[in-house]
Amino acid sequence: MLGFLIRRIIQSIFVMLAVALIAFMMFRFMGDPVNSLVAENATVEERDAVRERLGLDQPLWVQYGRFVARAATGDFGLSWRNARPVSTLLAERFPATAELVLVAAGLSLLLGIPLGILTALRPHSFSTQTLQFFSLIGISLPTFVTGILLILVFSVWLGWLPSFGRGTVVDIGWWSTGFLTLSGLKALVLPSVMLCLFQLTLIMRLVRAEMMEVLRTDYIKFARARGLTNRSIHFRHALKNTLIPVITIFGLQLGGLIAFAIVTETVFQWPGMGALFIQAVSFGDVPVMAAYLVLVSLIFVVINTTVDLLYAVLDPRLRVDGARAAH
Amino acid sequence: MTILTVENLTVCFPGRRGTINAIEDVSLSVSAGEILGMVGESGAGKSMTGAAIIGLIEPPGRIAKGEIRLEGERIDNLRPEAMRRLRGRRIGAIFQDPLTSLNPVLTVGEQLIETIQTHLRLPRSQARERAIDWLRRVGIPAPEARIDTYPHQYSGGMRQRVVIALALCAEPQLVIADEPTTALDVSVQAQIIALLRKLARETGVAVILVTHDMGVIAETADRVAVMYAGRIVEIGEVADVLTAPKHPYTSGLMASIPRIGERPETLPQIEGAMPRPHARPEGCAFAPRCPHRMEICTRERPEPRGTLTRSVACHLTEEVPA
Repeated sequence: MLGFLIRRIIQSIFVMLAVALIAFMMFRFMGDPVNSLVAENATVEERDAVRERLGLDQPLWVQYGRFVARAATGDFGLSWRNARPVSTLLAERFPATAELVLVAAGLSLLLGIPLGILTALRPHSFSTQTLQFFSLIGISLPTFVTGILLILVFSVWLGWLPSFGRGTVVDIGWWSTGFLTLSGLKALVLPSVMLCLFQLTLIMRLVRAEMMEVLRTDYIKFARARGLTNRSIHFRHALKNTLIPVITIFGLQLGGLIAFAIVTETVFQWPGMGALFIQAVSFGDVPVMAAYLVLVSLIFVVINTTVDLLYAVLDPRLRVDGARAAH
Repeated sequence: MTILTVENLTVCFPGRRGTINAIEDVSLSVSAGEILGMVGESGAGKSMTGAAIIGLIEPPGRIAKGEIRLEGERIDNLRPEAMRRLRGRRIGAIFQDPLTSLNPVLTVGEQLIETIQTHLRLPRSQARERAIDWLRRVGIPAPEARIDTYPHQYSGGMRQRVVIALALCAEPQLVIADEPTTALDVSVQAQIIALLRKLARETGVAVILVTHDMGVIAETADRVAVMYAGRIVEIGEVADVLTAPKHPYTSGLMASIPRIGERPETLPQIEGAMPRPHARPEGCAFAPRCPHRMEICTRERPEPRGTLTRSVACHLTEEVPA
């Protein structure tokens, strides 16, 4: 297990170096940065002085090395747009996105798994047919449409929930949370419902399909032939086998949630990283874009490693070291 | 002592093109400690008979007619919950493929202990003792250590031993073994067969051994039922049926077993194929392939003649020696 972890960490480092290279290259796409730093009538000597001071005269790989070294400490330089450190900007915005994604992911799991089990165990019931119908809508409607529909119904017509912003937030250290106030919680409802809808239906349909597959296997038939109770067969014997593929998809989708958060944050004017990124794109604010890219990649890498570790917990066949020890 | 009696059992599957009878008028009985073999081609209804006895016919299939009695008590009309309690406790089942019969994410011990505790009121420690004891009885070396390992850490033969332990751990009176050696290497097959014989003798469990392998029947079974197109065509003591088959189908089966030392130009075989359930002929289902076909065979279906222990369903057989 330890060997596996070390291998995965080394792999992850290479992935992050590659991502950093792409982020670094973004700066070059925007043309010679010196042009935007000196006055238009600057002499060649003045330009060279700036170039030398910023280290831009050095070979590319030295510059890349410096970029990586500074990025590793969280230093992505100053935002070109509002001249504040990029890391501060991201740190301000991170809690909003994290809370939104956390609530959406939690909702999709807590509702998706039970609904998937329910529809798998009663494949012909009316409630299953209804859920399958609505899940088809959930999986095929673009999220921005559902978001706008949610605003129309719950904010404009019914007036129950706010249509934008995070409500009142409470600061705990550098983390600003909306979990502790009523308005913060109310503000979370619509965006997280919009964000989770696709994942929820995906997980429900996936759990249903996997569970029905597992219920057809020989070991479930043998469990029935041994007279085990339905409860044990469904929740002990079948569920654990069902969840193995579900975890993979959920891990991948968790990254997708962060990516989709950009759309949700735009629709609900949610002050998160996604909104920051959209602003950065429209202003050509490369340091923010580069930092966002690196950060999101890091989250993906961490999630995928966690998923692989979870596999070993759920599926004993993958515990290579353990299997060897038992022989 | 008779453990199981099946009388005129018919299992039907209602479908779009009308109702199909998977098995028809199957009658048999098994006594304690006895091994009853069931042979026949794929689709003859051997496994379906086993599934009907243990109450696990896949819907929409259902028992249309007949009775199943376990120790004199009818079990074919029990409620699902009563039938569940009976499975494992009074009727065990051994499945064909040991590689897929065990749950990969639970240890062998967890699966055994759960089965024991479902049927017997035992504290966990005693259930574990019993599980270890059963692993030892089926020939797993070092059961104290192996009990906490997962199925993938066992070989195919060892897994089939675990399956047998799982089927017998609540000490049922009857066990239905559906092709228990088909998925195994030949060398391992003999070991599993020997183990089944030994356990049947030791525990007095009645065994219904479903197989298509005449060799396995000859080695293991006390009596044999030959199935063809959903019906039992011949049933009797293994020695009688194998050496003096009365039904032309049984004779054909026996003749098609290749013998060492003989190299005939063509291997003997029964011409044609078994009719599908929805296309069974009017009279005897074997008539189209039968070398001794008579005029009556295509008109009238032969009823089984004889006793529950030795009977033949063929117009050729007028009298069956008791």
